Amino acid sequence: MELYKLGLSEAKKALDKGEITPLELTDAVLGRIESVEGAIGAYITITGEQARARAGKMSPEDIKKGPLSGVPIAIKDNICTAGIKTTCASAILKDFVPPYESTVTRKLDEQGYILIGKTNLDEFAMGSSTENSSVRQTMNPWDFQRVPGGSSGGSAAAVAADECIAALGSDTGGSIRQPAAFCGVVGFKPTYGRVSRYGLVAFASSLDQIGPITKNVRDSAILMNCIAGHDPADSTSARMDVPDFTSSLGAEIKGMKVGIPKEFFVDGMDSAVREAVEAAINQMESLGAEPVEISLPHSQYAVAAYYILATSEASSNLARYDGVRYGLRVEGDDLVEMYQKTRKVGFGSEVKRRIILGTYALSSGYYDAYYKKAQQVRTLIRQDFEEALKKVDVIVTPTTPAPAFRVGEKTEDPLQMYLTDILTISLNLAGLPGISIPCGLTPEGLPVGLQIIGRSFDEESVFKAAYAYEQSTEWHMKRPLIKAAQV
Amino acid sequence: MKYEAVIGLEVHAQLLTETKIFCGCSTKFGSEPNTQTCPICIGMPGVLPVLNRKAVEYIVRTGLALGCDISSHSRFARKNYFYPDLPKGYQISQFELPLCENGYLDVSSDEGTRRINLTRIHLEEDAGKNIHEGSVNNSFVDLNRAGVSLMEIVSEPDIRRPHEAVEFVKKIREIVRYIGVCDGNMEQGSLRCDANVSVRPEGQSEYGVKAEIKNMNSFKFIESAVEYEIYRQIKTLKEGGKIIQETRLWNTERGITESMRSKEGSHDYRYFPDPDLMPVNLDSGWIDKLRNETGELPEVRRNRYAADYAMSEEDAFLLTADRHTSEWFEKAVLAGCDPKVTVNWIKGDLMRLLNEDGRQISDCPLNPVHLAGMLDLVKKGTISGKIAKTVFEEMYRTGNDAETVVREKGLVQMSDESGLETIIDEILANSPGEIERFRAGDQKLMGFFVGQVMKNTGGKANPKIVNELLRKKL
Repeated sequence: MELYKLGLSEAKKALDKGEITPLELTDAVLGRIESVEGAIGAYITITGEQARARAGKMSPEDIKKGPLSGVPIAIKDNICTAGIKTTCASAILKDFVPPYESTVTRKLDEQGYILIGKTNLDEFAMGSSTENSSVRQTMNPWDFQRVPGGSSGGSAAAVAADECIAALGSDTGGSIRQPAAFCGVVGFKPTYGRVSRYGLVAFASSLDQIGPITKNVRDSAILMNCIAGHDPADSTSARMDVPDFTSSLGAEIKGMKVGIPKEFFVDGMDSAVREAVEAAINQMESLGAEPVEISLPHSQYAVAAYYILATSEASSNLARYDGVRYGLRVEGDDLVEMYQKTRKVGFGSEVKRRIILGTYALSSGYYDAYYKKAQQVRTLIRQDFEEALKKVDVIVTPTTPAPAFRVGEKTEDPLQMYLTDILTISLNLAGLPGISIPCGLTPEGLPVGLQIIGRSFDEESVFKAAYAYEQSTEWHMKRPLIKAAQV
Repeated sequence: MKYEAVIGLEVHAQLLTETKIFCGCSTKFGSEPNTQTCPICIGMPGVLPVLNRKAVEYIVRTGLALGCDISSHSRFARKNYFYPDLPKGYQISQFELPLCENGYLDVSSDEGTRRINLTRIHLEEDAGKNIHEGSVNNSFVDLNRAGVSLMEIVSEPDIRRPHEAVEFVKKIREIVRYIGVCDGNMEQGSLRCDANVSVRPEGQSEYGVKAEIKNMNSFKFIESAVEYEIYRQIKTLKEGGKIIQETRLWNTERGITESMRSKEGSHDYRYFPDPDLMPVNLDSGWIDKLRNETGELPEVRRNRYAADYAMSEEDAFLLTADRHTSEWFEKAVLAGCDPKVTVNWIKGDLMRLLNEDGRQISDCPLNPVHLAGMLDLVKKGTISGKIAKTVFEEMYRTGNDAETVVREKGLVQMSDESGLETIIDEILANSPGEIERFRAGDQKLMGFFVGQVMKNTGGKANPKIVNELLRKKL
């Protein structure tokens, strides 16, 4: 078997037993990148040399040091890596090299990971298709006519195409789960506050959360073990004990109450998606889980509230890109002209759209009608979930209403694009943990994602349910067939 | 028509926290540009603020000293605007729910004491500085000051005269220095002030249109600028003109306020709660603890000193310039020292010694209780007043008490008559000429004989006994 196909826990086992070396594994992954990256375009920066150097230096003791020692992992390019370009796929940060390390990559580093590269994304994580990258279009490994989803499209595509063993993404409105669903891999968004945001370039601070994108549920839990926990550098990270997320894997789900929110099975949902998800619910029922119909009445307002809150925060978060201290600067005749030219050239159209939307929503005279109202809706949405999760242990929904769409299909209609996140957004507003796992293929051969949502800081139930389902089916073993002809 | 001025002040005071409000950088003044910066205070992508607890403590102490309500629940907001000295494109400040609300300050005025109410005190980060010297085409940015903790004290529009405005700022400055939260250095910008000034016909209750005068950093500027601005507005109105709401700056050279003529005034700051910081919830026990530590404020203390110790105004001001000086004094008096004598020791030797060492009185090695011990020894005649100066200095150097110093240095006063007689006899035997002149009427030579005895005894001779013995023998 080709080594690049290994998942994290399998690779680790082989490394620990000495069956393979970190360098062999790294070379296998780099070889894979060389053969398919031209067609997939998952990466912005490939750190092959540093990866080989690090892998080559690892002693047998180094390999046993941590659960990631010697494993090549890809990082979304909005997570700062000291000394390595972090561009957010934006022209304004095209050559930006952070002098500091994000907390998550520092933690991965302490566990001995090998950074294999920085993955493509929608500029500043704003998008659902990775079409808003100023660098390149990433293709869906299952169908090169289609998008990989977004904004963590590069990470999801890299995992699906075996261009890395595992990856990190970030999720503000579905940016981990939606591309994971589109690419047939596992994507996990932790509870807000579970993982430090220090070093994650902010899009919408109250919604952003870093999480793993992996080949299976166990790998997701292992990576979560490595990145979770309170960080004194992030005031919004929770002071809570972190359980061993792998310990809940393998537990029975007999008697587990699984909520099915009727509002999430929306009109116009793709029939293949509906069938796959319904089959998944039946499968969970056959494992002893009890489906319970629930209602999340305010979820219909989630997209509207999200696009006010996220853009408001973004309009402020992106103000620092002014050409004064770092990043792109386009000179002007005076200060204001320098600001204008720099931001005009530096930002793409979707980023500009969101800055303008957010600036408007926060403006004097509109604040109460937009920002404040959206915050109130957010509270109602959170309360809906709290109520529902008193009655059930987890909630199960499709991750997206439809499978991956074609490149260019929605770029002319931002609203249609925004609606692709309709089933993932409300979790970010409520701060809850959620996973997307593969649960089927459409007749066209496109992956379908099953979303499992848990209570705040109860990631364990999510992992438990996801693992039980995953292990009872074979969907997670399906990989796209990347034909030589396509490449 | 007679006009009345309406003035409200915003006093910005940098807090004496060792590190900045949201990062670990030093707040030292006057360093090379951009040497006290880090990814957080220069606003790099992905960094996050972490609130300095000391800054919260200092603003709460200020609020308590100014009679404010301390908010148990408070939060930070972002104030959004673009300027090169503002690295993130927004200033972390407070908007809704500031840390302190209400409060007041009584200031003396032509009309007696007037109460100026406070609207609020909030916490925020300072901006950096733009530097326009050094190049014709470019400006430079120094971000050493960016992120220094700053509190803004906002008054109600209760001030009516320029000198009241000055009194208000003076008093704020005195209090923040006294409680040790701000050094009050106006020249270095640690304390600066904006004034909102409007005028209205006397007797009218609605306010006129106001102009804001920004960034005044001396009492003189405040007085002149406010005075000028009132004059300008009244003149404008009398000539049939209109006051426009705008930001103005005091031009020191021309002695007038000038419009900034920029869009600055029309900013929409788009305040919203900062999602990177948690709301600040203060424990009521902690607030009570700080309240108990607030103690007597300088003015109350000065009045008490005048009443109880008949202390001069000058001395009372000296003692209450900062809390530590007056506390040193209080401890000494409590230990039994005479207040007047204590002030003299503080003004004289103590200040000199501290100055020589560049020390603050807060880390003065001399325990005020030891001063009481020393004064006791003088009173008992164990040491002379002259030796006391030596003992004082030695207590300062070693931290030891007076008895220990006197014992170790052998500084006990010689009052033993037979011992002194022997010394005096020897001196007289060696000074036949001086004796003759003394007896011929040159009384000043008494000093010579006393001096000789002191020299011989290392200053330890009891001067009273020496005098008596000399008179007897001569």
